[in-house]
Amino acid sequence: MAKFQGAIVVDREKCKGCGICASICPTKSIGMSKEVNGKGYHFAILVNEETCVGCASCGHICPDGVITVYRAKVE
Amino acid sequence: MTLNEICKPENLVYKKTSLLTDKVMHYCPGCGHGTIHRALMEVVDEMGLQDKTIGVAPVGCSVLAYDYMNVDMQEAAHGRAPALATAIKRLMPEKFVFTYQGDGDLAAIGTAETIHCCNRGEPILMVFVNNAIYGMTGGQMAPTTLEGMKTATSPYGRDVHKVGWPLRITEMIAPLNGVWSVSRHTVHTPAAVQKLKRAIKKGIEDSMAHKGTCFIEVCSSCNSGWKMNPVDANKWMAEHVLEYFVPGDIKVDGQMVR
Ligand SMILES: Cc1ncc(C[n+]2csc(CCOP(=O)(O)OP(=O)(O)O)c2C)c(N)n1
Ligand code: SF4
Ligand code: SF4
Ligand code: SF4
Ligand SMILES: [Mg+2]
Repeated sequence: MAKFQGAIVVDREKCKGCGICASICPTKSIGMSKEVNGKGYHFAILVNEETCVGCASCGHICPDGVITVYRAKVE
Repeated sequence: MTLNEICKPENLVYKKTSLLTDKVMHYCPGCGHGTIHRALMEVVDEMGLQDKTIGVAPVGCSVLAYDYMNVDMQEAAHGRAPALATAIKRLMPEKFVFTYQGDGDLAAIGTAETIHCCNRGEPILMVFVNNAIYGMTGGQMAPTTLEGMKTATSPYGRDVHKVGWPLRITEMIAPLNGVWSVSRHTVHTPAAVQKLKRAIKKGIEDSMAHKGTCFIEVCSSCNSGWKMNPVDANKWMAEHVLEYFVPGDIKVDGQMVR
């Protein structure tokens, strides 16, 4: 079976820090930043680059549509 | 692989549709309105219907939906979206016409418009966002507020013996002859969003084929009105709201299935 590695890019200035993406990520790859953005929100970040599988669940649930998802085949 | 190696255009699997504008939505963090806007616009995008779509925005938190959805839209007076959509669809029967309304809009002040639009079988898609509260005005009780639920105007919890039971308007309009399809959805999990998108696609196809009114209720959280954080609000919705407003198909292709 081919292995996939994923990655997400969060528009940190538009993220409202709701935490819903982190709560539904099946691999628990998302956490909230310690820093805040211009609006004072703790934005979402990829806390574990190895575990993201690029399933796009976070992209589909983000109320503000600020997550872009990539997925690449490894080897 | 490094992040830079993965984040290349050829590896892209998901990004926001261009049918949502780049404006920052004014919704509270975690509000279901944003997810529902996106699901709707993704389907319109996937079906290539941007130029054929006309939406009608409500009064309520989603009053500015026309600023976020990158399609032609009109703004209706409170509760009157189905009346406006009726006129639009009759003047331009080849268009895909939808309404987007909250529970205060569709099931309180606009009850008459809702019922008569459905009874006439206007071939439009009605998207009904039920968050069991008047979000915009500060969290007052709506017809859909659950029994015992505390709101600004029911501080001791909804007393059904005084103000009536939570209104299942979706089940009410389903048996009307003009209504072609009715279902209830949610957007609190990625799988639920996918399911909603499939229902929207069918609703667009069937309303464009003039089968009758297609009606989709989406149970959504209003974490500000419910006074919870966004993640807890979604949990609370799954445990309480969906127990009373049960998701699933109610009418399929003109036949009642529940
Ligand atoms: C004619 C009229 N009556 C009352 C109002 C005040 N008002 C604005 S939004 C709203 C209720 C909105 O609730 P809902 O439709 O559930 O939308 P939500 O904000 O929850 O998404 C009310 C009563 C108004 N704007 N116009
Ligand atoms: S793409 Fe999937 S695995 Fe990766 S962060 Fe998003 S939800 Fe988690
Ligand atoms: S779901 Fe979207 S807005 Fe909410 S924390 Fe995640 S990226 Fe930010
Ligand atoms: S008040 Fe409720 S419905 Fe309105 S934007 Fe906030 S969470 Fe959404
Ligand atoms: Mg409401």
